[in-house]
Amino acid sequence: MNFDFSVLFQYRDLLLQGLFVSFELTFIAIIGGMIIGAFLALMRMSSIWIVSALAGGYVNFLRSLPLILVIFWFYVLTPKIVGHPIDAYASVLIAFILFEAAYYCEIIRAGISSVKRGQVQAGLAMGFSYLRVMRYVVLPQALRNMVPVLLTQAIIMFQDTSIVYVVGVRDFLTTADVVANSTNRPIEFYSLAAVTYLVICFIASHLVSRLQRRYAL
Amino acid sequence: MIEVRQVSKWYGNFGVLDDCSLTISKGEVVVICGPSGSGKSTLIKCMNGLEAFQKGEIFFDGISVGAKGTDLPKLRSRIGMVFQNFELFPHMSVLKNIALPQIKILNRRRAEAEARAEKLLLRMGLKAQAEKFPAQLSGGQQQRVAIARALAMDPVAMLFDEPTSALDPEMINEVLDVMVSLAQEGMTMAVVTHEMGFARRVANRVVFMDQGKIVEDAAKEEFFGTPRSDRAQQFLSKILQH
Repeated sequence: MNFDFSVLFQYRDLLLQGLFVSFELTFIAIIGGMIIGAFLALMRMSSIWIVSALAGGYVNFLRSLPLILVIFWFYVLTPKIVGHPIDAYASVLIAFILFEAAYYCEIIRAGISSVKRGQVQAGLAMGFSYLRVMRYVVLPQALRNMVPVLLTQAIIMFQDTSIVYVVGVRDFLTTADVVANSTNRPIEFYSLAAVTYLVICFIASHLVSRLQRRYAL
Repeated sequence: MIEVRQVSKWYGNFGVLDDCSLTISKGEVVVICGPSGSGKSTLIKCMNGLEAFQKGEIFFDGISVGAKGTDLPKLRSRIGMVFQNFELFPHMSVLKNIALPQIKILNRRRAEAEARAEKLLLRMGLKAQAEKFPAQLSGGQQQRVAIARALAMDPVAMLFDEPTSALDPEMINEVLDVMVSLAQEGMTMAVVTHEMGFARRVANRVVFMDQGKIVEDAAKEEFFGTPRSDRAQQFLSKILQH
């Protein structure tokens, strides 16, 4: 067996493009998921029964499905619903955002309920309105409690983007696989893929634990 | 200043407060005591509208606390409240805990609010702790900061909900001393506490509650001399035994 790692270098532009797609997917899914997740969290905590039940139903439904099924589903269904074929990239983005929103909803809700009830009472007793208690007292504490989980979720999200392989979106892993097959150098390219994911996730989780230590309350 | 008229509160079939009436005049110090679960904390939280009640009326300085149109935040900003678990805001420094409500609620300038905070911290003997965070302070220190935070709003009355119950014994006196000096300055105070020494020193009246009812409302001398109700006698003999 002889290995030739110089082929990796020849394909660096393609691979970097793929890596960029992976980061882009992660980033957009996190932002979109957090925005929708925040609304879902507010709905779930609503005192209006039907509103909270709707959000709860959505969250429980999506959390009980495997991600890959949600991706297939949107890939096959969205063109049927909108009536014309859509880009695979767009369909996985929608799937990721809607899937992640369910998880972010639970993270945000847990963050808000991690703040003691007495804090709300103390804020109200000072003369803050309920909204200002949220703004000055509850949300800053909730966010601080949420940061480690949010970042951990982002790392999982980054790894999960590789699932787009199944619908042929050219993310990092798909690109590595395509090039591995065309050059007949699978070991080199799969090793590179493994090392890349490992390094990125290792650095990211190292940052998370440092943040955690620094902001431990 | 605080007038509680025939207030009742219940959860489902479970009565928490049963026809409670109580008047606290300006400058008066009223201690509310009673066994746990008797409703004394609930009663004091009704006084600034933190707890709702189903029947009766409460007036603070002539304003109805329970009425729909009442501007509760504004009303509450005039009543200081101190909690059993201090409830300082853990993400802010001690100084900011005291300054922020003044800035956001009373629209004081930052410099003015901080000067007021520093003056109060000096009075509490906590000037050196201004830049620390609540978690770095002892329980007794935290509670004194909480009192300073309430006083910074220039309240016309103060409510204390078991202010020393969560403290280690050696820290109780540092908090009680501050409360005694407040009482001696003429602050109107309603204090839920089991500290009968405090009641003896500064209370004008002692209210005894049991099972949601005000069983006894008597001048201090009368209460400690000969409580009229059996329940109050039993309670006193239990907590004064040692």
